[in-house]
Amino acid sequence: MSELPGDLLYTKEHEWLRREDDGSVSIGITDHAQSALGDLVYVELPEVGQDVEEGGDMAVVESVKAASDVYSPVTGTVTEVNETLADTPETINSDPYGDGWIVKVQPSGDIDEGALLTPDDYQALIDEEEA
Amino acid sequence: MGSKTPLYDKHVETGARIVDFGGWDMPLHYGSQKEEHHAVRNNAGVFDVSHMTIVDLKGERVREFLQYLVANNVARLQDAGKALYTAMLNEAGGVIDDLIIYFMTETWFRLVVNAATREKDLAWIRQQAEPFAVAVSERAELAMIAVQGPAARELAAPCIDADHREAALALKPFFGMEAGDMFVARTGYTGEDGWEIVMPAAQAPAIWDRLLAAGVTPCGLGARDTLRLEAAMNLYGSDMDETVSPLEAGLGWTVAWEPADRDFIGREPLEAKRADPNRMRFVGLLLEDKGVLRNHQRVVVEDIGEGEITSGGFSPTLDRSIALARVPAGDYDRAQVDVRGRLLNVRIVKTPFVRNGEVRIEL
Repeated sequence: MSELPGDLLYTKEHEWLRREDDGSVSIGITDHAQSALGDLVYVELPEVGQDVEEGGDMAVVESVKAASDVYSPVTGTVTEVNETLADTPETINSDPYGDGWIVKVQPSGDIDEGALLTPDDYQALIDEEEA
Repeated sequence: MGSKTPLYDKHVETGARIVDFGGWDMPLHYGSQKEEHHAVRNNAGVFDVSHMTIVDLKGERVREFLQYLVANNVARLQDAGKALYTAMLNEAGGVIDDLIIYFMTETWFRLVVNAATREKDLAWIRQQAEPFAVAVSERAELAMIAVQGPAARELAAPCIDADHREAALALKPFFGMEAGDMFVARTGYTGEDGWEIVMPAAQAPAIWDRLLAAGVTPCGLGARDTLRLEAAMNLYGSDMDETVSPLEAGLGWTVAWEPADRDFIGREPLEAKRADPNRMRFVGLLLEDKGVLRNHQRVVVEDIGEGEITSGGFSPTLDRSIALARVPAGDYDRAQVDVRGRLLNVRIVKTPFVRNGEVRIEL
């Protein structure tokens, strides 16, 4: 298992979140999640301008095997979606923390960090799942 | 912990993601399900199918017994080694299982039935066999692999005993033969050429290594499912079960109506279903919009009615989503599928979607 990026926050549902300089957050799914799903073949993206709620479903990633909801870790408004995933959903498999980002959201208030996991906490979670 | 096949350690060694399948710990994939799928379409892949149940039937009246037990007619098996695909029905005409019957000798026929239905199948077969004095023995000590793809037979041939190799390579499709202590058949579940090879369990790991060394790709249940879906081959438990008639599961071609006086289990309700103009159709669907069709999604046919996807997924060969579905009677070639609340457009297409590496539908 590869090292988790230390500058991200994580969720129990295997999303990651990166705080961008402009105050927005980028969101994707973790390496652990893409590996469990297998080859991704389709991503259903939200609309730019759509409001999302913390814990609410926001996108769907579909692998050859199954469909899986992606939940928003924050409440806010979608400002950008990764359109390249429409043609190359497998980017999430090859680069889950980089080019495989899914959406950017402008949070409507403070981010509830208490509900998110640090890299160490998330590592502990997936270690437990794999044990 | 589930049951393990003789190749379980090999799967772990090869880096498999292991999943439960009908009580068995089986490989889902060894890294990329899509790559395994393409390997079978373009070259050769090997699947561990040792979880499947091999049952030998022996007795003087075994042919007569099988003519009663299954919906297809083993009278079609006249040449040694010939295989027959058939459904085994209950009294109501529902499908207990689908299976392959191999004609070994006049007093010995071999069945290969599904893993998840093993216990009920064995109980049913034993119960029905009793009046015919047919001995039913499960061959749990045997392992089985499927080597599939255009290069499969050539790459697997060195694994066959030299004295039988030439004969094995000369097998016609849907024929099998004994080759030393192996049994080799030109059958499969992928829509490609290839062999299924039955062997003593102890030999399986070495054969596995040898095939991998020869360049055959190890393939898991994931690729097995997408390959069989493209080939429009039914999966028991998804496309049909005990509540479904073979006529509404695309298996009408496996029912032998002639001779009309052959009494097989389930014949009477099946005759009624055959005469029913409102019986459901079983069709292939091609998704025209973006997305992925999945099992149990609702199919909506405007002004006619509703049906259900029985097997849906992504086709790596077509790079599109396809499905098998049970839909209402009627003459139409378009429908919609409810995918998480959105109605997506599908076209009804003639299956198979893919066969022998070739796309068989219009995209």
